[in-house]
Amino acid sequence: MKALSASEQAVVLSVVAEHKSRPGPLIEILRAVQASLGFVPAAAVPLIAQGLNLSRAEVHGVVTFYHFFRDQPAGRHIVRLCQAESCKAMGADALAGHAKKRLGIDFHETTANGDISLEPVYCLGNCACSPALMIDSDDLRGRVTAQGFDEIVTALGHRT
Amino acid sequence: MTTDVYVPRDASALSLGAEAVARAIDAEARARRIDLRVIRNGSRGLYWLEPLIEVATPAGRMAYGAAQAADVASLFAADFLHGGAHPLSQGLTEEIPYLKSQQRLTAARVGIIDPTSVADYVAHSGYEGLRKALAMQPADIVQAITDSGLRGRGGAAFPTGIKWKTVHDQKAAQKYVTCNADEGDSGTFSDRMLMEGDPLTLIEGMTIAGIAVGATQGYIYLRFEYPHACAALRQAINAARQAGYLGADIMGSGRSFEVEVRVGAGAYICGEETSMLESLEGKRGEIRVRPPLPAIKGLFGQPTVVNNVVTLATVPIILARGAQFYREYGTGKSRGTLPLQLAGNVRRGGLIERAFGLSLRELLYDYGQGSASGRPIRAVQVGGPLGAYIPASQFDTAIDYEALSGIGALLGHGGVVVFDDTVDMAHMARYAMEFCAIESCGKCTPCRIGSTRGVEVIDRIIGGVERERNLGLLEDLCETMLQGSLCGLGGMTPFPVQSILKYFREDFHAQPRH
Repeated sequence: MKALSASEQAVVLSVVAEHKSRPGPLIEILRAVQASLGFVPAAAVPLIAQGLNLSRAEVHGVVTFYHFFRDQPAGRHIVRLCQAESCKAMGADALAGHAKKRLGIDFHETTANGDISLEPVYCLGNCACSPALMIDSDDLRGRVTAQGFDEIVTALGHRT
Repeated sequence: MTTDVYVPRDASALSLGAEAVARAIDAEARARRIDLRVIRNGSRGLYWLEPLIEVATPAGRMAYGAAQAADVASLFAADFLHGGAHPLSQGLTEEIPYLKSQQRLTAARVGIIDPTSVADYVAHSGYEGLRKALAMQPADIVQAITDSGLRGRGGAAFPTGIKWKTVHDQKAAQKYVTCNADEGDSGTFSDRMLMEGDPLTLIEGMTIAGIAVGATQGYIYLRFEYPHACAALRQAINAARQAGYLGADIMGSGRSFEVEVRVGAGAYICGEETSMLESLEGKRGEIRVRPPLPAIKGLFGQPTVVNNVVTLATVPIILARGAQFYREYGTGKSRGTLPLQLAGNVRRGGLIERAFGLSLRELLYDYGQGSASGRPIRAVQVGGPLGAYIPASQFDTAIDYEALSGIGALLGHGGVVVFDDTVDMAHMARYAMEFCAIESCGKCTPCRIGSTRGVEVIDRIIGGVERERNLGLLEDLCETMLQGSLCGLGGMTPFPVQSILKYFREDFHAQPRH
């Protein structure tokens, strides 16, 4: 387990201090840690557990339960491709195949140059404009074609 | 005089370029020294016309869509600010048949008002429900909801008034109102549209619920996939608090209510109410065994109302217009209206709020105008990933809780996903099991293990390995999951699979795919 740097440790401790008195704070804390550090480092788990008087297993259990939390850094951008029924009805499987080929990676992987992580997502609520994807935290796109996908990755500065 | 121009801030409209359209209008107006105000409204729900620009004219709001930033200069040239003719002109928004034929009660203000303006909300009859509720006895508020016939719009269709009465009757120092905004079903977006387009309706509904049951704290459990809804809700909550509609002394009544948005972390199961409560407490979203019901022992062990966004957003109009007004809409035991969501492979997808009783055929062909691909519609999945696939032979079924349940389907949260005749239904059956395996909370065996075995057995069937024996095994597995699972995820995943076995069985007998 890689130790936290001093600045990472400071982030985790300040997030815990900020949220610990709120009711049911663990997910809020993990979200805040990931927002600051880009992921939830394994070494942050004991610190959070100690701050909330929980066991490490309880914290680890929450980190691993939810799809959103990651224990490794992502690429500079995360592209989430919707794989749910409405998008499938409009070619999401073919689009996923194209995206994987274009980036040379599978779901849950990051391009070798660290530009883009590709994640599946199950519904972005953009079902009347399927197929959909979301870039990073809030850049939603609809009616995405293979060509549109290529334009998106180019605009994100990805070169292969 | 300043002209008001509306460009949606709705996530789907943004996904099609609404932000660039809004910026282009602003820039063009400044270049032409024209005095206008761009208001960022919600979406009207006519998604094939998004981004939809509306201009306020003396005759009413004129619609132009689907517009891109590149169209803006020509719109100004055509004098769209005075309703000028343009290839994108759709006439008066309210006269567009898709919208005109609807019965918008819950979504009455969505797409019309500035979602974060309390003044605009109040000018469109907002907070009339709360005003009336504050003058009533809590038990009478509960009775009004019971009398309206409102049932939970999240999918379970449980009578809302009965749930509220249970919480009302509990003695506890602290009670909670929680809103389930974990709208995870594919093909559904009515919660999102409401939260982005008229969040104050939800906040008002929660406040009324709080006063009715004696709760002072509300939580909205919102999925992380809805960042735009999160922003709109937080803006609206702050605006409501500043205007005295939330906080320690609501509208000078001495009553107190607060609302907080909690964002989830990606877990379909957290749309199940007990799992949502666990997640709100900051834990793994594993479901709780019932009893006790959340109404008796819910969030942090206290009596808790758990309602869906649409349910709570329907409460204000019931209080404002009366239970009788609301229950006059609908049919049989399905009273009121339902905001249906039409999605997938369909020409005109969008939000269609109508009284219960519309037929699937009317929805698909009158509103939807058939498939987007122009090919025949082969199947629709109603009610999300746990809903049955319905074949074309049953499209005359009415859209209400009882009629759909009568053909072995379910209405769920009102999402309808359209598939054309290129769909491989064996693949969709496999996906149903795969989705359950990905999203299972792991607490019970039929769901956790059954879903994975389901994927494997379907792979063998598709691959042509002992097809008949494995089809029998799949049917048996479906029965086990249905009977043995603790909650609806494992217990309903068999519904789409069984419907495919029943109506689209031939797809399992196709040639083995590579």
